Amino acid sequence: MNGTRTTGSPYAPHTDDDTAAMLEAVDADSVDDLFDIPPAVWFDDEFGIDARTEREARQLVRQTLERNDDLVELLGRGHYGYYVPSLVDHLADRSEFLTSYTQYQPEVSQGFLQALFEYQSLLVELTGLEVANCSMYDAATALGEAATLADRVRDTSGHRVLVPDLLLEGRRSTLENYVAGTDLEVETYPTDDSTVDVEALTDTIDEEVVLCYVENPTVRGTIEERLAEIGDLAHEHDALYVLGSDPVALSLLQRPADVGADVVVGDASVLGLPTSYGMGLGLFATRESYLRQVPGRLVGVSEDATDRRAFTLTLQTREQHIRRERATSNICTNQAWVALRTAMHAASLGPSGLIDLAKRDVTRAQDLAARVDDLVGVTAPVDDRHHIREFVVQVDQPAQAVADDLEEHGFAVHVVGEHELQVCVAGASDEQIDAFVEAFTEVVR
Amino acid sequence: MSDQGQERERGQDQDRDRERRRELEQGGEREQKEGQGRRYDQARYVSNGHYEPLLSEKDSTHVDVDDDSPLPDDLTRDSLELPELSEPELARHYTRLSQMIYGIDSGPYPLGSCTMKYNPKFTEDVAALDVAAVHPDRSSGSIQGTLELLHRLQDYLARIGGMDAVTLQPPAGAAGEFVGIRVASAYHEHNGDDERDEVIVPESAHGTNFATAALGGYDVVTLPSDDGGRVDLEALEAALSERTAALMLTNPNTLGLFERNITEIAEMVHDVGGLLYYDGANLNALLGRARPGDMGFDVMHYNVHKTFATPHGGGGPGAGPVGVVDELAPFLPEPRVRERGGEGGEGETEYELFAPEHSIGHVHGFQGNWLVLVKTFAYIARLGDDGLLDASAKAVLNANYLADQIDYEVPYGPFHHEFVASAGDQDAADVARRMLDFGVHPPTTKWPEIVPQALMTEPTEVESKETLDTLAEAFQQASASSDDELESAPNRTAVGRIDQTSAARNPRLSWQALQDTNSGEDSA
Repeated sequence: MNGTRTTGSPYAPHTDDDTAAMLEAVDADSVDDLFDIPPAVWFDDEFGIDARTEREARQLVRQTLERNDDLVELLGRGHYGYYVPSLVDHLADRSEFLTSYTQYQPEVSQGFLQALFEYQSLLVELTGLEVANCSMYDAATALGEAATLADRVRDTSGHRVLVPDLLLEGRRSTLENYVAGTDLEVETYPTDDSTVDVEALTDTIDEEVVLCYVENPTVRGTIEERLAEIGDLAHEHDALYVLGSDPVALSLLQRPADVGADVVVGDASVLGLPTSYGMGLGLFATRESYLRQVPGRLVGVSEDATDRRAFTLTLQTREQHIRRERATSNICTNQAWVALRTAMHAASLGPSGLIDLAKRDVTRAQDLAARVDDLVGVTAPVDDRHHIREFVVQVDQPAQAVADDLEEHGFAVHVVGEHELQVCVAGASDEQIDAFVEAFTEVVR
Repeated sequence: MSDQGQERERGQDQDRDRERRRELEQGGEREQKEGQGRRYDQARYVSNGHYEPLLSEKDSTHVDVDDDSPLPDDLTRDSLELPELSEPELARHYTRLSQMIYGIDSGPYPLGSCTMKYNPKFTEDVAALDVAAVHPDRSSGSIQGTLELLHRLQDYLARIGGMDAVTLQPPAGAAGEFVGIRVASAYHEHNGDDERDEVIVPESAHGTNFATAALGGYDVVTLPSDDGGRVDLEALEAALSERTAALMLTNPNTLGLFERNITEIAEMVHDVGGLLYYDGANLNALLGRARPGDMGFDVMHYNVHKTFATPHGGGGPGAGPVGVVDELAPFLPEPRVRERGGEGGEGETEYELFAPEHSIGHVHGFQGNWLVLVKTFAYIARLGDDGLLDASAKAVLNANYLADQIDYEVPYGPFHHEFVASAGDQDAADVARRMLDFGVHPPTTKWPEIVPQALMTEPTEVESKETLDTLAEAFQQASASSDDELESAPNRTAVGRIDQTSAARNPRLSWQALQDTNSGEDSA
């Protein structure tokens, strides 16, 4: 390199001499001459954003985020903060994983393709379904994609999509946006003790239903007890049976394939990611019969020129970059790196570790519920069901006031009703739970 | 398979390895004579007949669930079968896998339309701060830092795009497009304008535009280009009508050309009551020099993982914030962040979440890809006005310089951040694989289809003249390659040329499927 580096972007390596030589090569007097922008739309103002050194930029982020209160989060409701082993951070942060693009050149992407293939395999084992894609954005968008899949694979004129009345607002609303361009309409069916009211569902379901969605566990932490029966009901009416779950719950609870699920959606980022203000990883698995209707990317096995096994993106004719408006989905950039992290986390736990984690979520939720139930003016769990991870607590006092007081003590819980709180044990240590019981006892006294 | 059979197969594997090594060495010598380009040779690990075994081939452990289960049997699965490996084994597995990947830290990555620029390392650190780990259901009062950062980023992006309001929720560019289309829909519907059922998309547009418009329930009207590769105004006139909901346009377009008639195009679209949508994939070319809002665009998305350097992570996560003009702001997704009204004027500004008046609702279960947004914020804060202005300057300089230096024909012009060369008589995909032999990542191939055997090249601002010269040399060597050399490439990568057809014809998408195939063969 010759000459001094040009100032401006700290990541543009040009020296003054290089810039001059390049301008001469393209026969231009200045860089501005290369911009083919009409004067009427040329921007000659400033954004007013100061440049900073790396140290200052780091400080700015740190100082801004330090305004956040340091709270113990006993929060769940579809998003969980399990401890992620350091192994995951260090390996996923290897720059080849971080700085590569979608694997359109498979010969130089084998490592990532294999890791994604292993992620797909993990989901196949957890769900029992034959096909899993290598990520959607989150549980809500995966549910939206399941609905558009139902719209494509169902031949009838049906237009009803049934979801539980407990469905999270963010999921329901996202689903509504996904089906806005179709004839589908989202309707709710009732729940009883926070699980599906199967009798009420039987009265609601008819031949117009294209999709019946059930979550296990539910958003209130209860475990569904009649999944196979609901599956039969859905199939009797030729509706797609879609189950919502996540990899930790799936390690212990009934295998979706065994209860007749056609599609499993959910958030796989319970493994591999910290809470990250709601960042997710959409899980999507389905039966082989819907393979050519699956949204998103699929990694498959092939052979290279020496007949050795090699991995590649496959069945791309479903995808937007080839099929354009006839694609199964518009998804392009997905959550590949999060899927890598999830696969790493799951691999580091192994089958015993995964099952133990889920079992602990059941017993610790049970124990905590029993401990707060002992307090005067508190009932827990409100729902007379088995729970995993979280449960609803009834308090005599206004729930919001109790939650505010708990926040003063350093604990965050959900307010889910005028006199109902929801508490989640996933991610919290035993010591934190002990301290919570102490604070809760004081607050409701 | 019998032990003898396995032995025989292992022997054949070793023969194959030796043979391949010989081929590679000979090929390597030949290439060394051919050119001086720097090489990026990938690690190859061959054991047990595979490059790197699957986790399931190293270990497969079957665990019954019922032992000590705190739940009744009928609520649990019977068993789980997955690999159970030690931490050192996993560290090696994933390290080996990473060594079989080419990233921007490995070498130049001139993928047209994908803006693969270097990502500074400090942004990873800021996103890894413990304070970045917050649950999305926290009370606003307890996460003022998170909300302040989001508010500042909304403001930065609004200034950069010339837009009035920004949502940060969409988790990717295509998700941003979807928000744009849903917002356009909601706006028209709100105005009682229900007859608009068409979205116009130029033929050179990203595939996502077509798919997004279709997902939004619209008929897609494809717009041909004129002889110069830009929007054909007569064709646009013919396509526009009272049925037009929006025109989706990227500027500069995917050929790297600036749509010089943009103010006229905006006027034409607005005259029929349609909205003008800006696909932000190519915004890197305009930073500090032109703004979509000033060009008459009503709604746009920002690919922050392209323009503002958050690494692509092998295909995501990205984020696709959407900016709109005032008229469309009431329709943006919820929640958005704003300054809390009526603060006493003392102390720090407070922030809160709110739902815009006619919001389309959520497009993500929670708040989108937060970690990506933190990196975006840090990157913009690092560069500031001067850095952003310089980024577009060097991106455009690099594209024009490289276009000038290569042998292949480059139609159209003048170029902004990218150009599309034609491989002519050669197959562009072969050219791409051949370029891998010269140690560089190839450009995007065979798209846009306007250019036959397209090689769509975007060097970005982070490549030096020296690296561009290396790239130019790789293009030249590829163009001078014989048919044999093109058809046998690549030879220096972790695996050889991959048979795509058999992968699609006989889909095997999990290690379970591989096992099934193998056991099928055994029994046959």
